[in-house]
Amino acid sequence: MSMNHQGRPTSAGELTPSMLPKTFTGNRALDMEEPLIFEVGSFETVGVDLDVPEDVELELGKHARSKPVDLPGLAEPEAMRHYVRLSRNNYAIDSGLYPLGSCTMKHNPRLNEKMARLPGFGDIHPLQPLSTVPGAIELIDELAHWLMTMTGTSAVAMSPKAGAHGELCGMMAIKAAHKAAGRDPKIVLVPESAHGTNPATAALLGYKVVSIDAKEDGTVDFDALKDTIAAHEGNIAGIMLTNPNTCGLFERDIMEIAEAIHAADAYFYCDGANFNAIVGKARPGDLGVDAMHINLHKTFSTPHGGGGPGSGPVVLSDRLAAFAPLPFIRKGKDGIELIETEAQTQDNEQPFGRMTAFHGQMGMYVRALSYMMSHGSDGLKQASEDAVLNANYVRVGLQDLMSLPFGERPCMHEVLFDDSFLKDTGVTTLDFAKAMIDEGYHPMTMYFPLVVHGAMLIEPTESESRASLDLFTATMRDLVMSAQRGDVERFAGAPYLSPRRRLNETLAARKPVLKWTAPDPASVSPASS
Amino acid sequence: MRYLPLSDTDRADMLARVGVDSIDELFADIPEKVRLNELVDLPRRAGEMQVERQLSALASKNVAAGSVPFFVGAGAYKHHVPATVDHLIQRSEFLTSYTPYQPEITQGTLQYLFEFQTQVATLVDMDVANASMYDGSTGTGEAVLMAHRVTKRNKAVLSGGLHPQYREVVEGLSNMASDKVVSLPADPTGTEDILSQIDDETSCVVVQSPSFYGQIIDLKPIAEKAHEHGALLIAVFTEVVSLGLIEAPGTQGADIVVGEGQSIGNGLNFGGPYVGLFATRQKYIRQMPGRLCGETVDADGKRGFVLTLSTREQHIRRDKATSNICTNSGLCCLAFTIHLSLLGGKGLGQLATINHSNAVKLKKSLSEVSGVEVLNEAYFNEFTLKLSKPADAVVEALVEKGILAGVPVSRLEPGKPELENLLVVASTEVNTDEDRAALVAGLKEVLA
Repeated sequence: MSMNHQGRPTSAGELTPSMLPKTFTGNRALDMEEPLIFEVGSFETVGVDLDVPEDVELELGKHARSKPVDLPGLAEPEAMRHYVRLSRNNYAIDSGLYPLGSCTMKHNPRLNEKMARLPGFGDIHPLQPLSTVPGAIELIDELAHWLMTMTGTSAVAMSPKAGAHGELCGMMAIKAAHKAAGRDPKIVLVPESAHGTNPATAALLGYKVVSIDAKEDGTVDFDALKDTIAAHEGNIAGIMLTNPNTCGLFERDIMEIAEAIHAADAYFYCDGANFNAIVGKARPGDLGVDAMHINLHKTFSTPHGGGGPGSGPVVLSDRLAAFAPLPFIRKGKDGIELIETEAQTQDNEQPFGRMTAFHGQMGMYVRALSYMMSHGSDGLKQASEDAVLNANYVRVGLQDLMSLPFGERPCMHEVLFDDSFLKDTGVTTLDFAKAMIDEGYHPMTMYFPLVVHGAMLIEPTESESRASLDLFTATMRDLVMSAQRGDVERFAGAPYLSPRRRLNETLAARKPVLKWTAPDPASVSPASS
Repeated sequence: MRYLPLSDTDRADMLARVGVDSIDELFADIPEKVRLNELVDLPRRAGEMQVERQLSALASKNVAAGSVPFFVGAGAYKHHVPATVDHLIQRSEFLTSYTPYQPEITQGTLQYLFEFQTQVATLVDMDVANASMYDGSTGTGEAVLMAHRVTKRNKAVLSGGLHPQYREVVEGLSNMASDKVVSLPADPTGTEDILSQIDDETSCVVVQSPSFYGQIIDLKPIAEKAHEHGALLIAVFTEVVSLGLIEAPGTQGADIVVGEGQSIGNGLNFGGPYVGLFATRQKYIRQMPGRLCGETVDADGKRGFVLTLSTREQHIRRDKATSNICTNSGLCCLAFTIHLSLLGGKGLGQLATINHSNAVKLKKSLSEVSGVEVLNEAYFNEFTLKLSKPADAVVEALVEKGILAGVPVSRLEPGKPELENLLVVASTEVNTDEDRAALVAGLKEVLA
């Protein structure tokens, strides 16, 4: 390190983390340590002013709580500071590129938040008289219209609460349709590259999962699929296929696959997680899809919220429409009507049951519709084109240094690399991802899909500017060259600069500590923390 | 388009860099005969002002709960949510973060999930709570599946006090998975004989307290009988505020506790998004559905949090997973945990007391109305009225008077004459003396 004549370093960039001063608090300027609420709050504190009446007569029978709930309270300023400090330890799409493949971390417009909070949407009860909520029913119907139009389908089950719940709904409709036709097939086909939710959903309904291999180009091996169908003739309920698939590729044989599945009296479930690639470019209904969930929290920008809430409406083909669960909207000569119970159904309606209490994720419907109306038909198509262009731009920016498992062909909205470019460097996919954190990026999806070794799946989305992508590719190139030069330390110990360094997941699983417990006073010494 | 940063110049330059002449070349794998030129039948882009105008027009057709005397409950409740809660959950770092797969840069989410799990477990008096389900109803479905895994049996007994739509969720899942369900008839007064339904084939008994009809149920004898037969008690609640005043289900011997957390921190939202609370005993954690957050240390020995025990989950175990759940209800957990942190145990007790007190006052005022009988003796903030006329018509007549009076049981249980005149009425801290007076006056008129 060079010093100036006063003995100070001439460049702050040359300080390494180990040279940083130790602080009394453990804080580092804006980077604050924050204890748990149980360590700072007290039972006596209440951060909400409540006027408790005196001499309340209790009509609780013998069921009064024997002791108060032993939880601390925080005064309002304490609560504000606690959660603001916690928030600062999170990466977010609002603060940086979030290239998680198959997760579609795009911009979440705040207009949508504002609309969802209108009292006419946010402050209405699911069981208040329907005569007092015509605007809500109309909104759900309008969103359904957009979803059916974009997908070329004739019905949509709105109520599923998230993508996996939508998968369950779609597969339940398929099971109900088989039952209605007097069939009881036992097998669901799932390609190797599928999301884990697909086989988990099929198994939940008692289906046996048979895996379908991929070809060398990353798409479904159609010949192998035909052989599998033939081998289990009459016993196949359906196929669960993601398209574009999780390798970022459009399944070229998709229409032939649909035809073969239909010829076997089976149904085609499409995992719609990657719909963002093709909105306005192709309609799943035209491809032969019978059911597809749409993650409103991916394609249609409702915020991920650190893991939900999501919303997973399922569009249905004519073949499955009759089996849509309660509740659903019926359009008749008297306008639109919400059908909530079996007793209200007509002959052509055979709902298989109900996915959830009430009517689904209204708060997410408002946000998604606000997004769709803002984009319009032209903007939605442009968004998909930009998403695909951005992914390809990243691909060509990295393909000479990183390794594409399926050759230099165009990808859809996400690009998949494997780890062969890291061979003999001593750096793993995980290390590489953790080094991205030090550079200010959230890592891409790692080790998924399972069909390639050390997978890295990058989905930049349409929300990134060209400058943002240029900086990202330049950073990735620098990391690759650094790994190949043998600068293992930059990776093996990474991240160095995040609020926490690598966490011991083995310890967490071996001795699960899933809630806070008050320390035993006898065992606490001043040195322990 | 205001959300898309690329300019036409950028697009042209980037296409050149990618090595294609047009964007359509990147979509060449889509079979030609189904390629779209444009989405017909949908409007074109719209500015903020236009979208806001159109959606506001739709919203204004609905009667907001806060604008009228409001007594609608039956699984979702109108409570006051402190302004701090909605501000904090809209922090970018919470709102626009993904599931915390990279713990080094998502300690904010992970720490509040750990706090949430601790709060929920304490509230219901159980060993372990997960990081949420979608809502109470789907959580109940998952609880039944979990009980089947634990007991290796497949028969569930559902109390007649269980929310009818929760019952339908369980029945739907069970029918599909070829499991057995015994659903008892509607039980407004909490007097059903559920004990005699429990036998050596029973996997679980599902009991809601306070029930759909508002009745508080003594869970202890049911737990004891279930345990005698090697079955589990699944205790359900839809009004989490009740736990500030009534005995925790865990204290009464429940094996799985599942409930709706909407009342704390979350608005009505016409039924969603809500937050499912799910807790159980330590010995069953490996059969639990959903995400779990656990404490650990980082490479420098500092305390930190991670998602853990994920070998139960779909992304690792695929068709052997305990559930297919992936995205859950993160931001609604955050709203719940912030509101509960403001309340603390003491504030929750106060809030529960106000709710109960308002319900007691309402019951007293209603006792002077002829044609109204209150069916419940032990209740929290909700009870069932037996009216002298069909409840749905009464509710509609009260809408005309600007009062939202409650939920007619027949809306959820149609075609059952014995339930036709029943009205479920809830009263929370938001109700005033004026609200109660309006309901009493309205009912007197309509029932006269």
